[in-house]
Order: sequence, then structure tokens, then C-alpha cells
Amino acid sequence: MTNNSSLIRIESLKIGLEDGTELVKGIDFSMGRERVALVGESGSGKSLTARSLMGLLPDSLHVQADRFELLGEAVLPYNQRQWNQLRGKQVAMVLQDPKYALNPTQNIGRQVAEPLVLHQSLSKKVRIEKVEHMLDAVGLPNPAQLRKMYPHQLSGGMGQRVMLAIALINDPQFLIADEPTSALDHAVRDQVLELISSLVEERNMGLLLISHDLQQVADYCERVLVMYQGQLIDQLAASELSNASHPYTKTLWSCRPNIDKRGESLPILDRKQIASLTEGAAR
Amino acid sequence: MNLIELNDVSISHVQGSERNTVVHDVNLTVKAGECFGLVGPSGCGKSTLLWVLAGLNPHWSGSINMLDQPLSAGKVFTGDLRRRVQMVFQDPYASLHPKHRLRRALSEPLKLLGYQDIDDRLSEGFKQVGLAENMIDRYPHQLSGGQRQRVAIIRALLLEPKLLLLDEPTSALDMSVQAEILNLLNDLKAKRDLTMVMVSHDPDVVDYMCDHAVTMKAGRIDQEKFYN
Repeated sequence: MTNNSSLIRIESLKIGLEDGTELVKGIDFSMGRERVALVGESGSGKSLTARSLMGLLPDSLHVQADRFELLGEAVLPYNQRQWNQLRGKQVAMVLQDPKYALNPTQNIGRQVAEPLVLHQSLSKKVRIEKVEHMLDAVGLPNPAQLRKMYPHQLSGGMGQRVMLAIALINDPQFLIADEPTSALDHAVRDQVLELISSLVEERNMGLLLISHDLQQVADYCERVLVMYQGQLIDQLAASELSNASHPYTKTLWSCRPNIDKRGESLPILDRKQIASLTEGAAR
Repeated sequence: MNLIELNDVSISHVQGSERNTVVHDVNLTVKAGECFGLVGPSGCGKSTLLWVLAGLNPHWSGSINMLDQPLSAGKVFTGDLRRRVQMVFQDPYASLHPKHRLRRALSEPLKLLGYQDIDDRLSEGFKQVGLAENMIDRYPHQLSGGQRQRVAIIRALLLEPKLLLLDEPTSALDMSVQAEILNLLNDLKAKRDLTMVMVSHDPDVVDYMCDHAVTMKAGRIDQEKFYN
């Protein structure tokens, strides 16, 4: 398990609807204890890919792969019980919007403790200690009090920190963050990304960070995978992004507005050109 | 020429008998033809201010002059103002009627105002924002987020407004689609005689788009900035 490329290994992963429409069209990637960004527009299949890694796809979608290994195990034939043993313990996920992902009727302490209840047998006292320690680790003030609060009493940034506490409390090997900052304010975004990235590094975990904002995630990742319409069209090191060669990656990299671009029009995607390029690659 | 003048404007949200003042003593002017930005963290009152400018919240005090017309507090917009001020909302998924085809949703205000050449205006609008004309008979769910935001922009422009209010027009969109919409807004501003007021929490977007911007903090104006 210490082997660097052993956390996830996927070969020609296909996710399709029952009528044969392919949403993810055969992608290969592998990753170890590193921070990887998965970038693409909405509808590119990045969230589907991430959900398939958690066994969270609805039954109406068919997953096929030549190889689909998580932590060295072939998990594709797993049933719900086996997935439940893995999820929240070895692999954890942070979702986009804490407003919808947290249970409004349960206090924070109970929700953060749930993975502990499910995967470890601890006394209540130890559980509370662990929860408070975890809340402290994600930078939330006054954990003892916060534990008794409900999600609606928290701001978006705090909610996302709570989500992160839930995900990390069992010390998973691997964290998937599905657009963790899209629902947050601009100023809070960098703080949350910074926190995720430093906690992941501290604990020597793997991180798959999903986003549509290439510039923002580039600072927090070592490697970038770019998806477009169900295909993995580019992979490169984050440090190489400024001289990316693929036109899609180039546009994503440079389309963010800033003060220096005043008066010029922003680069936009030439979808026809990209379509012809990806078709060429498929052949 | 000043299109909007606010003097000592305070704004409250009224719920039942409770009154909660969220914007305090704001003074600002917006010149005709400029793109004016309102920036700040969530909850600072920037959207509240925009809603007053759109005539959607009458609970304000102070004095407001808009398009050379004084507004009176507690009253809704009347007359020409209703047509000359239009708004584009944040979430393109929530701002179009899900059960009406685009043609029906978009022609409603034109019918109300007694326009005759509705179809021509609609297809002209679609051309302007770069959508195919055959999309006009689709339902909103058959469009992508960026396309829906374009439709919301057509809807606002059909009535030939002087003032376009934009409430976080791109924050629900992908970065690459945001670039397309911002380019479109810049084009439209150059082509038509439009004044825009744009609310955003992304300082980069405001830096890129606006000629004049204020930063708000806890209901007050914190900084004012002019870009050459």
C-alpha cells in the first residue's frame, strides 16, 4: 500500500445510460498519495467519475471498466454492504453545498460523530473528544459549543469546514472534494482550499479535487487532469499549466477575467476545433 | 449626466411588524453609459441595494433620482421606468418558467405593451446574444446554464432598457461560460446605449468589467474606485 500509484488505478472506465449513451467514454488514470485536480465544464463527466469512485452512482447508470482498483482492491463488483465498509473509512467525500449536504435536523456534533459510530466502537466520551479535536483541526472556533449547534446557524464557510471534519474524522486514505468551494464567497474559497490542501498533506492522503476553475485549483494541486465531454483530453503537472499545449486547457487557463485584461475580450472556447481534436484522439 | 443619484439612502427589510435596516446612509451616483460595480462579501447589503434600484423593495428612506425622475419611498415603479430598468438574476435555473417555452416566456412583456412585431424582435434578440433561432421553441430545461443566462439577458434587453441591473450574472456558471457571458455584456454595452449596475462577490470580474465600483461592508460603502 505504500506504493505511490496504488490508491486508485482505473483503465478504460465507461459510464453509460441504459439506452447506450455514454457519458464517460473510457478514461484511464491512476493516482497515489498526491493532490490531483480534475477539471472540466459542467456536463464533462467529472462528477460522475468521482461518484463512481465512491460507489454512489444511481442504478440507472452502468459502469464498466477493464480495471477499477481502489486501495489495491477491485471494487467494481462490490455490493452495498462492502461499499459501506469502505466509504467514510478509507475513502471520504466533500460535496459542493453544505446547505444541502448537512442534515438540518441534527446538531453538528452528532453528524461529525456518525462516521465514528459506523466504523469504530468507542465510548461516548472518547467520541466527543475526537469530534471536538477534529472541529478544532479544521479551524472552527469553540468546538465544545459548536458541537451543539445546527447547520442553519453556520455560515457557508463554516459549514464546509464541518463537512471536511466529517470526511476526515476516520483518517481516510483518500479524499474526494467535488467542487468544495463553488457555493462559497470569493474570500472564503481560498481559505477552504488552503485548509483542505494542508490537512491532506499533513495526513499524507490522496486528494482528488474537482473544479471548473482551473486557475484556482492549480495552486493547491500537483497534477491536473482535464475532462471534456466524457473524455480525458489532457493531463499535466500543475507547474506546466502556463505553457499548456492543448487548446482547451489553454482557454480554461486564461479565461479568468482580471484587471489586466480590461478592454480586451476574454478568450473563449472554440468548440468545433476541440471536437475535431478529441475525435482525432479517439481514432 | 447622472442616471442614478442616491442621497442618504437607508434600506430595511420588513417582515410583519419587524423592520431590519440593512443598508445605511448610502450616497452614490452612476453616470449614463458606465458599468458600475457593487462588490462585497455575502450579507453586506449589495443585493438589497440592487433590489431597490429595480423597484422590488419599497422600504427605503432618503432620496433617489433615477433616469431624471425622483422616486418616492413606499411606492412601486410607475410608467416608463418599469420598462427602462431591467434586471438579470443570479440563477439562470430559477429565473425562467419551467413549463413555458421560451417564445411564450419572452413574448409576455411585449404582448402586454402592445408590440406588433414580436417574432421579429425575438429572433433579432436571439441573434444578438449568439443563440440559434430554432432554440426559441425549446423549454428552459433543454438549455445549458450559459444558454439560459443568455435567454435571461435577451428577456431584459427586449424592452430596450436604459439601465440593466445584473445580480451576480455569472456566479452560477462555469469559468469558461463566464468568459462568454462577460464578452457578450461588453459587446452589448458598446453597441447599445446601456448603463449597467453589476453586483458581484468576485473582485476580478468587477475589475475586468466596471468603470466605477464601490465596495460595501456591513451595509455601508467602504471604498469607492474609478478605473481610468
